[in-house]
Amino acid sequence: MARITLDKIAHSYLPRPTTDADFALKEIDHVWEDGGAYALLGPSGCGKTTLLNIISGLLVPSLGNILFNEEDVTRRAPEQRNIAQVFQFPVIYDTMTVAQNLAFPLVNRRVPKGEIGRRVTEALDMLDLAGKANRKARGLTADEKQKISLGRGLVRYDVNAILFDEPLTVIDPHMKWQLRTKLKELHRRFGHTMIYVTHDQTEALTFADKVVVMYEGEVVQIGTPAELFDEPAHTFVGYFIGSPGMNVLPCEVAGDRLRLGGREIVLKRSYPELRGCTELGIRPEFVRLARPGEGLPITVSRVEDIGRFKIVRAKLEGYSFDAVLPEGAEVPEGASAVIDPIRINIYQDSHLVRGGA
Amino acid sequence: MTLELRNVSKRVGAELHISEVNLTLEKGSQNVLLGPTLAGKTSLMRLMAGLDRPTDGDILVDGKSVVGVPVQKRKVAMVYQQFINYPTLSVYENIASPLRVAGADGATVDRKVRGAAELLKLTPFLERLPLHLSGGQQQRTAIARALVKDAGLVLLDEPLANLDYKLREELRVELPRLFAESGAIFVYATTEPHEALLLGGATATLSEGRVTQVGTTIDVYSRPCDLVTAQTFSDPPLNVVPMQKSGGRLSYDGKSIATPTGTETLADGLYKVAIRPHHLLLHRPPGESIEVQATVSATEITGSESFVHVEHGGSRWVALTHGVYRLEIGDRVAVFLDPTGFLVFDAEDRLVAAPAAAVRQTAGRA
Amino acid sequence: MEKTLNNKAWFMVLPVLFIVALNAIVPLMTVVNYSVQDTFGNNVFFFEGTRWFTEVLHSGRFHASLQRQFLFTFTILVIEIPLGVAIALTMPRRGFWASVCLVLMALPLLIPWNVVGAMWNIYALPDIGLLGYGLNWLGFNYDYTQQPTAAWFTVILMDVWHWTSLVVLLAYAGLRSIDDNYYRAAQIDGASRWAVFRHIQLPKMKHVLTIAILLRFMDSFMIYTEPFVLTGGGPGNATTVLSIDLVKAALGEFNLGVAAAMSIIYFLMTLLVCWLFYTIIMQGEKE
Repeated sequence: MARITLDKIAHSYLPRPTTDADFALKEIDHVWEDGGAYALLGPSGCGKTTLLNIISGLLVPSLGNILFNEEDVTRRAPEQRNIAQVFQFPVIYDTMTVAQNLAFPLVNRRVPKGEIGRRVTEALDMLDLAGKANRKARGLTADEKQKISLGRGLVRYDVNAILFDEPLTVIDPHMKWQLRTKLKELHRRFGHTMIYVTHDQTEALTFADKVVVMYEGEVVQIGTPAELFDEPAHTFVGYFIGSPGMNVLPCEVAGDRLRLGGREIVLKRSYPELRGCTELGIRPEFVRLARPGEGLPITVSRVEDIGRFKIVRAKLEGYSFDAVLPEGAEVPEGASAVIDPIRINIYQDSHLVRGGA
Repeated sequence: MTLELRNVSKRVGAELHISEVNLTLEKGSQNVLLGPTLAGKTSLMRLMAGLDRPTDGDILVDGKSVVGVPVQKRKVAMVYQQFINYPTLSVYENIASPLRVAGADGATVDRKVRGAAELLKLTPFLERLPLHLSGGQQQRTAIARALVKDAGLVLLDEPLANLDYKLREELRVELPRLFAESGAIFVYATTEPHEALLLGGATATLSEGRVTQVGTTIDVYSRPCDLVTAQTFSDPPLNVVPMQKSGGRLSYDGKSIATPTGTETLADGLYKVAIRPHHLLLHRPPGESIEVQATVSATEITGSESFVHVEHGGSRWVALTHGVYRLEIGDRVAVFLDPTGFLVFDAEDRLVAAPAAAVRQTAGRA
Repeated sequence: MEKTLNNKAWFMVLPVLFIVALNAIVPLMTVVNYSVQDTFGNNVFFFEGTRWFTEVLHSGRFHASLQRQFLFTFTILVIEIPLGVAIALTMPRRGFWASVCLVLMALPLLIPWNVVGAMWNIYALPDIGLLGYGLNWLGFNYDYTQQPTAAWFTVILMDVWHWTSLVVLLAYAGLRSIDDNYYRAAQIDGASRWAVFRHIQLPKMKHVLTIAILLRFMDSFMIYTEPFVLTGGGPGNATTVLSIDLVKAALGEFNLGVAAAMSIIYFLMTLLVCWLFYTIIMQGEKE
């Protein structure tokens, strides 16, 4: 188990990167705590896999160093880093039984036989695979195969970190729940440092204590699920986390006053003079629909009743604007939108601005 | 056109893939086939398209049987879960391919292709090869091809399953709109109840090759005719709680409440009460409810909502709450069974009372 | 995915059936016909029953050529399969050099069989051939036209040169289908080079190797042209494998009945082996 230090790491796939745009991964400078559960979340092409490959040792970063505890491992190959990894598509050794698969990393490391047996039995129990120990691994279902991949990491007590690369891609939806829960439980029990790459918000938020949101090669926010939901540091985070995503609308801010749609809203905080593009972010959950005239004028274009709540798709000053209403709530004729001022976040050029009291 | 399936069954070897399906799909209608993997969605679509022949029953288009008419001669377009395009043709030629087959003249092809590309935001990529596009763009190309084909029947088999969820969100809103304008019969297969609700229209729920219920999507959701349908239409899984009705009381685990709306007239006895996760509450509701002490076994956060899995007396339930809710595994919590969210099933798993639906309706009217 | 049944489809197969009937079944029947009759010319035939079969099965000459045949097939399999796998393993996985290697590997396969025989015939000549001359210069007493061992050595070397490429290409295709993540996982699991081969590469190559063995078995079992051109079955009968013996009997000695019986026995053996392999492959698929 190890603390992972990313010391001013950046990576470009080009031999001589010059501009910022040449970097697939822009400079990252973070320390990830020992025993933490981290998720790298972002759409495809955001650099999350590049970062994972730097941690696992498949890539040497163009700039910066990576440290496991105090040790610089930047230039070490994957097998010298003492990590475990679960891949997108299950990797199992077809010809071996389940137990032999789990024993494989230990056999390779010449662990004594008795010790191997003990650890394998333990891993089989943890992963609920005890009944299938002597089955050929080939005939198993995808989720069982992924458990075996994970198990090959768990039997090695001393791994620095366990890395997961979109491990639930090929798993049936109803099995995803169980596997995620299992992962969480194992993390609680053993406290491995775990790094989980995904583009799925549910997987990331459920699994991780800290979610690292990436966008266009940059880490835009590292935070707990609650922080990502309540105070997205970047408009992208607001859009990406939550379904439907956060409403982002251009507005004018002066001190603690915000002007939008010909109305003035009094904010809870006061802001310095903002340059560039000023926007407000408000989650659809914190929008209430009221009778005309009470709030901001909107034009409702569509109401989607999805059972447990309704999504109201509307336009506010020509910008799309969503509101979420509770089950059974009515959409008033010619409705207006009332925004909860406490929940408003202010963005300058897409980055969050924290106001003063 | 109108598509009608009469008593259609499909047997492959000893296995029954589709069992006595009756369905009528009207021109311009939007239909969802909802069911878990292997429920028979794809088999049913293949029968509709004419790729397979039913073992029994008849398939009629505008009242005339089309069994045996090869798929090439039917006006059918299909989009699959995998992104299927011609790898050596440009996006433009991919979209144009059905028109070329139909022998349309150059001007018509150009107009239609550019129109479809515009709708699906593919205009900048028309000259590229599909493999150089992202998954979403590839699937949009396949959809555009289905769109220009001017088919009377458009079948989409989990078309968004392989896409990032944000992209899925966007396309899900777009898709029904695109096809609504063409007047085609639109059939969309999905495993996700959430997706069915977002698409709206009509839904047929499938389970083990049978259609268990057909109706307006929201009706099927709020009044599932039996327990299987209710389970098909619930993700995360439905909580099913056995309850005893005697006199005017409904009881569980030694606690009881007055019979909720619609259940008063039921005979005394044991019922299965299904509660959707968002009706299993972690806060005491305003009215009467059954309070149960449970242990947290997992929490999951989707972003704006949290799922809390709890264990109580050997059964596992899921509660869905709004906002980010982090409880530790092993925590003791009180959960409340709110009668306004009950769906009551009898011993044969048939729906006998749905206070939940009643609540929706009155709230809807108010 | 099961297909819609359409009986008209059978008509599509008819032309093929017709051609197969003409060029396989009719000749085979002729052979069957010869194998149970005797003739002294003028198209007068006498029915002999199973006499030729009994004769062939008890003939020392047939046993000897059958033994040589098996020895030959066994030897080239033992050499070509491991060698082919080994070469495939050392070939680059992608890039410019992968293409170069593939083209080089494919070259011997493109040369007609009789040309291969002719090439080696000259190449191995002790007086003017590079190989033969070189070996003698190195101090080996080598003359494939005179020494049975040298003839065997040359025939096998020629076959290895000609056909190992096929095994290489098949094995290479099998290796290419292995996802990179398997290698990465094995690296992370601390697997040795041998363990990677034993547990990842070999299992993934299993199917193509079965096919390679089957193809090489059949081809070598039916081999005729190359040894005929190279050694003509000699010196003496040293390299007279089954097919050469068969031709000798039929055309050289005009023993039509014996040759026909040999043909049929030969055919049945090939059929049996093919069936065995087919069953094994199909079983492998099912698992």
